[in-house]
Amino acid sequence: MTVPISYYLVLAAILFSIGVASFLIKRNIITIFMSIELMLNAVNLTFVAFAHMWHQITGQIFVFFVMVVAAAEAAVGLAIIIAIYRTRQTLNVDQINLLKN
Amino acid sequence: MPASYLWLIPLLPFAGFLINGTLGRRLPRPLVSAVALIPTFLSACLWVWLWFTMKAAGAPESIHSVVTLFGNNWIQISGFHADFAFTVDHLTLIMLGVVTCVGFLIHVYSVGYMAHEEGYWRFFAYLNLFMFFMLVLVLSANFLLLFVGWEGVGLASYLLIGFYFKKDSAANAGKKAFIVNRIGDFGFLLAMFLLIAHFGSLDFSTVFSAISQHPEWQGGFLTAIALLLVVGATGKSAQIPLYVWLPDAMEGPTPVSALIHAATMVTAGIYMVARTHTIFDRSPYALGVVAIIGAATAIFAACIGMVQHDIKRVLAYSTVSQLGYMFLACGVGAYTAGIFHLLTHAFFKALLFLAAGSVIHALSGEQDMRKMGGLRKRIPVTFWTMTMGVVAIAGIPPLAGFFSKDEILFRAFVSPNPIGKLLWLVGLVTAGMTSFYMFRLWFKTFFGEERFEEHADLHTHGAVVHAKSDSHSVMVADHEDHHAHGVHESPLIMTLPLMILALLSIIGGWVGVPAALGGHDEIGEFLEPVFSGGVQVTEVVSHSTELGLAAVSVLVALLGLFVAYALYYKKPGTAATYAQKFPALYRLVENKFYVDEIYGFFVTVLLMFSRVGLGLVDSIVTGLASASGASARGLGAIVRSIQSGNIRSYAGWLALGAAAVIAVMIFGHSLWLN
Repeated sequence: MTVPISYYLVLAAILFSIGVASFLIKRNIITIFMSIELMLNAVNLTFVAFAHMWHQITGQIFVFFVMVVAAAEAAVGLAIIIAIYRTRQTLNVDQINLLKN
Repeated sequence: MPASYLWLIPLLPFAGFLINGTLGRRLPRPLVSAVALIPTFLSACLWVWLWFTMKAAGAPESIHSVVTLFGNNWIQISGFHADFAFTVDHLTLIMLGVVTCVGFLIHVYSVGYMAHEEGYWRFFAYLNLFMFFMLVLVLSANFLLLFVGWEGVGLASYLLIGFYFKKDSAANAGKKAFIVNRIGDFGFLLAMFLLIAHFGSLDFSTVFSAISQHPEWQGGFLTAIALLLVVGATGKSAQIPLYVWLPDAMEGPTPVSALIHAATMVTAGIYMVARTHTIFDRSPYALGVVAIIGAATAIFAACIGMVQHDIKRVLAYSTVSQLGYMFLACGVGAYTAGIFHLLTHAFFKALLFLAAGSVIHALSGEQDMRKMGGLRKRIPVTFWTMTMGVVAIAGIPPLAGFFSKDEILFRAFVSPNPIGKLLWLVGLVTAGMTSFYMFRLWFKTFFGEERFEEHADLHTHGAVVHAKSDSHSVMVADHEDHHAHGVHESPLIMTLPLMILALLSIIGGWVGVPAALGGHDEIGEFLEPVFSGGVQVTEVVSHSTELGLAAVSVLVALLGLFVAYALYYKKPGTAATYAQKFPALYRLVENKFYVDEIYGFFVTVLLMFSRVGLGLVDSIVTGLASASGASARGLGAIVRSIQSGNIRSYAGWLALGAAAVIAVMIFGHSLWLN
């Protein structure tokens, strides 16, 4: 018995929405970072699901690319977060508004 | 002198102006003087050369030269063209002589007079600029170039009146002169437009020959042109109603008053009327207007001049009055007499101003005659030279003023003008008044008790300015020893021009001794080719009548002398008691008939309208500008609120945008494409 594609998509949509919601709601920058990862993985899930459905390898290769980019982003992002924490003594995004003005 | 060298005459002073104007600040004073004086002297030499060329047997009556500096056509606009052209005839020759020779003498005098002033280089640069424009004015061969010179001398006059620009009164006097002259210039401009409309040309030769070929043209548009030219001339030559700027122009340094506001520039109006006499000859009406303006100005200004206390203002009103004589002469068609008076007036009035300057110099800037007196022994050279000027202007023979003034009075008496006899009477009364106020000045300045203070003061004329300026200490430092004590005679560089001008004031009139007095009237013959075909004297009078009229005018002059003697020398207090008997009249005249105040009222009204207009325009323009600015600012304020700097709000916008894109992808298809 095969799981219908719609299940995967609904799961991915739920995960993505949770990511978006927590991105918007959370103040801690690390949590926001994690929600980005969640959104990426939700997209990855749809890629894999479609790749399986159409029997094409492209979608799965794309997932690897996304994971590589996510890893690189995590390395750079966490470094930035540490740098910000050292200068600002906080990880609350509402207080990190240097871009304003 | 070859005609192709004519342009050198004005160009030389212009070169002096350029050098002094650009480098003068850094040059030492002797070099500045040299740069200013040498070109002027060379221009005078060129004039002498020109004189002998023109006087040579078989010389043409006029020579014409187009300056091709600006290409073959100076100005060319569809059918109309004007050359940068110079012309010389006998009239120009006399004017050139006055401008270059008197101008040069005044330049020499200025070296001494301005020696201790700031802005020495600036003064000489302006003076040379004036010479350039004045020479262009008298040399020009068409109305347009005349106008260039006309405006240029106005500019130079403005700059020189406002020479002590730190003093408010001087700056205002400069502005007044310029603005009043603009009113006259507007008439001149309109006259030129009419000339272009009727003749298609502004060349003197074209216009005048066209008029001579049409003897049927009488009055009509020629009257209109003539009257508009008169408006221009009243501005430049300080006639009623535009004379008000000249007395105020005395704020300038005294050599300027002598050169510009007595000898040369103010006579430009008379020169212009004489130059365009062909037009005036066809319009008895315009001539009558000129004569009446002249006579009225002569007596009016003489009235005011009788009660002024400032030595330079007396001379200023006297100048206005004498210019009135010249106008009167032109108005009765006696252009030769007008030019003759212009010539002698240039000599004696320049002399009087320079001598007054020497008095002022001796008294360290004092101009009030009530604070003078008894200067005869202290400054003898100035006294004797000024005496020559006073006697000359009073019209006592055989000095210059007598012959020219008498000629004007005689020509007014015999003129075909219906009110010629009245004009003569006005002129005669004015002659008596002239004699009175000049001798009044003479007695008050040189005789009686010494009313001045002996102050070992600085040697500056614009004393008020310098007392406040920073360079005061510098002026003290370079002060020469012999200037440190009180009243003293001026140096030779100032008295020499005085002596030469005094000599000219004595003999200058002998070129026009009328036949009735056994002379040949050389100036009349000399100017005959220029003014031929003018208004003819209809009334033939015998020599005895002419002699009788001359005797009357001499008597009137002596009467003026006697009254001045009685009032200001014998019993110096009598004038004041007479003044107290008629306080209202005296105050009216002393305050110059309140003309300045009346004009001031009109100016105030005009200013009020201007301010209202300015306010309106200002509010509309600034309203539009600030409205567009405000809308941009408002839009910016709205857009700016998106850029909050808050990461979560950016994220929210991002999410909203993404949601919108998805919504369009899902529902858009059904919305638009069906």
